[in-house]
This record gives sequence, C-alpha cells and structure tokens, in this order.
Amino acid sequence: MASNAAVPFWRAAGMTYITYSNICANLVRNCLKEPYKTDALSREKVHFSISKWTDGKPEKPSFCSVFIRSLHLPDMVANL
Amino acid sequence: MLGRASMLLPCRSILPARARPFSTDLPAAPSADATFTEAWTKVIPNMDPPKTPLSFMQPRPPTPSSIPSKLTVNFVLPYASELATKEVDMVIVPATTGQMGVLPGHVATIAELKPGVLSVHEGSEMTKYFVSSGFVFIHANSFADIIAVEAVPLDRLDVNLVQKGLAEFTSKLSSATTDLEKAEAQIGIDVHSALNSALTG
Repeated sequence: MASNAAVPFWRAAGMTYITYSNICANLVRNCLKEPYKTDALSREKVHFSISKWTDGKPEKPSFCSVFIRSLHLPDMVANL
Repeated sequence: MLGRASMLLPCRSILPARARPFSTDLPAAPSADATFTEAWTKVIPNMDPPKTPLSFMQPRPPTPSSIPSKLTVNFVLPYASELATKEVDMVIVPATTGQMGVLPGHVATIAELKPGVLSVHEGSEMTKYFVSSGFVFIHANSFADIIAVEAVPLDRLDVNLVQKGLAEFTSKLSSATTDLEKAEAQIGIDVHSALNSALTG
C-alpha cells in the first residue's frame, strides 16, 4: 500500500484533518444568507472550562464559550 | 536477495488476501443478545431481561445477490440528519479525486470529500447541497453513508459574501508568511472558489 502518498498541503503545514474540516465549515457558514447565518453562528460556539493546576491541586475553573474562529489555539495553550 | 528470502520461508503458506470477510458479507447480526439473556434467566428467572443496545440497533442488511434498484442514502451532519435511509437513484459526491457518481451496486468505497456540490437524484428531482468537507462510505449492499460537517442548500448562500471572501483570501495568500498562514489562505481560496463555481455553474 502506498504509505508515502503525497500529503495534502494542510497536513504538510502541520494542520490536522479536524482543524482543516472545521475551518472549511466556518468559511461556508460565513457565506450564508442572513436568517441562516445567525442560526449557524450559534453552532460554531465552543464551550469549555479551563482549570489551572498548581502544586498538584486544581484551582477554580473558569468557564468560557468562545467562537472557534477567534481561538488561536497555540497561543492559548502557551498562555495557560 | 529476494531469492534467498523466499528460500528461507519454504513451508509458510501465504495468507489469503482477504482472511477476514467484510462486515457486509456476513449474515445479518442477531437482534437479541443470546448470551446475556441466558445468563440473566439463570440468575433471575422471574424477571424479563432488560433490552441491551443490540436489540435497539437495526442489523446491517446483507449484500443482496443481485444489484438492487435503489441506493439507500444516510446523509448526516453533526447537528441534524438530512436524509435517513432514503432510497434514491443516484448521488454525485464531490470526492477529492473528482465528482463521483454513486449508483446502486457501486463497489465498496471510502472517499474523502472536498468542498463542493453534492446532488441527490431521485426520479426526475435533483436536490443540491454544498458540502464543506466530510467522508462518504459506500457499502457493498448499496448503502451510502455521507457524513459532512456543514452542508447547505445552494439557495442559502450569498454570492456577494462568497466573492468578497475569495478576494480577501487571495490577498491573504500573497501576504502570508508562515506555512500555517499560507495553508489557511489556500483553504480559504479553495472553499470560496468551490462556492463560487457552485453558485455560478
């Protein structure tokens, strides 16, 4: 089997399939006409809670719900 | 070198290419869990055994010996089920290798989808959706499972936003520095040009 098939350009740039697929979905949602667009934007929301750990104990978690477009994941993880 | 290797394995039989059957070639799975019900009735003979997940699932239909006349399509999105076991004549899916037409009796295939138009043909009607990306699994028994993250009927798309987006990403590609930015800009261009050709073509 061809295990060295040409990789897609996004994987060569370090992106995973899920990231690629979510970016495509967001771009399509941004091109929708008005009533559908506001419905779709609510689907983009990512709800998560972050809790920092110090000395082996978790601190109080902070709840966020953010549009995935505005998430810069590498920066966010680096700032934690 | 190859000659010596084959001499070292004289008696090893070569495994058949398909040592295990495909799941659709097996007989239909049982709808009741026999071992569970036996064990239950041994311990608690007076109560009816509860239903296990297996009894809620419909068994996968076996591959028929002659090609069926209709293709059964399950088209699902993460938030809704667009088509559930709908019998159609043909679907054309935007696979990465090009537009692929799927008829009943299609060979079992897994295809990755690229942003493009999916059309479902039933009799004389045709319904078109723009699919952002996803996969299509075609089984040997003429069932097709299409899964997509986002799929919209073409009349919900706004042409001006598409062209604006295309211009924006083309300029982003020329000003991109890192590989990741270039990849994102390229994705933007691909998606918007597919949207454009879907709306104008």
